[in-house]
Amino acid sequence: MNLWALLRTALLALARNRLRSLLTALGIIIGVAAVIAMVSIGEGAKAQVEQTFSAMGTNLLVVRSGSSGFGGARGGAGSQPTLSWDDLRAIQTELPSVRYAAPELRTSASVISDEQNWTTRIAGVTADYLHIRNWSIARGHGLPDADQDAGAKVALLGQTVVDKLYGPYVDPIGQSIRIRNVPFEVIGVLASKGQSAFGEDYDDTVLVPVRVFADRLEGGLKAFIAGTIYVGAMPGVSTQRTERDITALLRDRHRIREGREDDFSVRNLEELASARQASTQTLTTLLAAIAAVSLLVGGIGVMNIMLVSVTERTREIGLRMAVGARPADILWQFLIEALVLALVGGVVGVVLGIGIAERLSASFSWPLLIRLDVVLYAVAVSAAVGVVFGLYPARRAAQLDPIEALRYE
Amino acid sequence: MALLELQDLTRTYRMGDADVHALAGVSLAVEAGEFVAVMGASGSGKSTLMNVLGCLDRPDSGRYHLDGTDVAQLTREQLASVRNRTLGFVFQSFNLLPRTRAVENVELPLLYAGVPAAERRRRARRALEQVGLGQRLDHTPSQLSGGQQQRVAIARALVNSPKLILADEPTGNLDTATSIEVMALLQSLGRTGMTVMLVTHEADIAAYAARSIVMRDGRVIADERRQPLLAVPGAVS
Repeated sequence: MNLWALLRTALLALARNRLRSLLTALGIIIGVAAVIAMVSIGEGAKAQVEQTFSAMGTNLLVVRSGSSGFGGARGGAGSQPTLSWDDLRAIQTELPSVRYAAPELRTSASVISDEQNWTTRIAGVTADYLHIRNWSIARGHGLPDADQDAGAKVALLGQTVVDKLYGPYVDPIGQSIRIRNVPFEVIGVLASKGQSAFGEDYDDTVLVPVRVFADRLEGGLKAFIAGTIYVGAMPGVSTQRTERDITALLRDRHRIREGREDDFSVRNLEELASARQASTQTLTTLLAAIAAVSLLVGGIGVMNIMLVSVTERTREIGLRMAVGARPADILWQFLIEALVLALVGGVVGVVLGIGIAERLSASFSWPLLIRLDVVLYAVAVSAAVGVVFGLYPARRAAQLDPIEALRYE
Repeated sequence: MALLELQDLTRTYRMGDADVHALAGVSLAVEAGEFVAVMGASGSGKSTLMNVLGCLDRPDSGRYHLDGTDVAQLTREQLASVRNRTLGFVFQSFNLLPRTRAVENVELPLLYAGVPAAERRRRARRALEQVGLGQRLDHTPSQLSGGQQQRVAIARALVNSPKLILADEPTGNLDTATSIEVMALLQSLGRTGMTVMLVTHEADIAAYAARSIVMRDGRVIADERRQPLLAVPGAVS
């Protein structure tokens, strides 16, 4: 019996019991739809976490003064500046695993334009800082390079600051603002980054060159950095390796003996990000596992109905054997019936699952992520469910004794 | 060589503690083209004989040559192929597939013979015309009378041009007039060269066969040839 004839026989048999076939397929439909929807929820959550962390910067490490260890009476990280400008320069020039290193000094101050004022975060940074933080310029241009015109009194405004000072109708480029009575020229507007993972508004900030910040806004440039060093690792180099390099360099420069703890801390945001991702991954796996259980239940439903169907059609099986069906023909007939049932359920389930994922991603405003491999996997699994759960009933049918089958009432 | 040659066939079933000798040494030869009625009370072994003849069951001992092949030695798969190519079955309860058109029911043996679809349809149509149902190709069993259903079953039995047609109480569920129609059909098959073996317990049905075999306790106790009654449809009201 060829495949087409087998397929036709199976479809006719399923069509003869339309409602029952539909209900059986429903088990598979729900299972597959659940798998697809759950995995896409998990992927959406993961993408959300990824987005949040990539807004902070890629391959990002943060170096601060002060120890990160425990025990003893000490100030917290950054309370006692131990990182010098020379340390920064050494990180920039001596470590091949470091691509960028930039300082960030922060303060809070009132920014005054011609018409308005707004108290915001002022950060003294260098041009590299924008690279490290993945921050692009929406309008105008960025900060001058350190060796060019580091003393220029220029400022970059975050989108929130632009809105507060100028509103939507005034072009801030070229305008003059005053911070602590020092006039700055606005040369650019930062692209909007939205909120951090902790609810901080990234766009509520003003960036100025670090030299000007230290000289004019804080009381002069000192030997130590009263702030943070942001480091961007070289692409292709693991952030762990960069972290080790920086620690080794700084311990050497600060002459910290073996066994004594660091007087600085290096935080690896990549690690933080991957920890968060690992937890969402766990969630995804858990959801998918629960969904897979419902697929299993659907498979048991298929087996149940196939067993009923074999019993109901015992005489038909006997007759088919009498007119020349080999046991293998009967086996295939029922196996293909189960397979068709499961596959149709699988395909409908995929469509339904994508629909649910679409709705959910819209309501959570997550990116819609349908993984093709999951879709193919779900269809393959539903086919496998058909085969696995169809095999036993089909074997029972094939092993029937034709005489008893023909006599069956 | 005869179409059917049976020598000392035995078949024993265990039923509870007792052994039932359904066939206790049956020897028989049937020539091609014969019309044979097998008679006997229930439990006489006639059904077992038909099952063995139909390659649905295998004897415990003895030899069974069908069309020159020793079928007692064949596997389940090989027996299926013999049933498909050499045999045609007609049952008391018709055994048509429900909700399936007559022409598709008749095609069934050809499906397992691997005949291409167009050829299947052509031969099924011809078989249905042969049994006088050329106008009922698309009817399902529930749209047909009992006699018509049995004629569809006969068309199914002969569609593969088998050597031997085995009919197990083919008139058991039919009234007298319809029974005669069916017997006339079987007799006409005999005239085309097919061998027909018929199990019945009704003497007036057996009278349409040219040879009648009587069984009791697993043995053949009578085997006689005679002038058969000619079945004429419509002769009995």
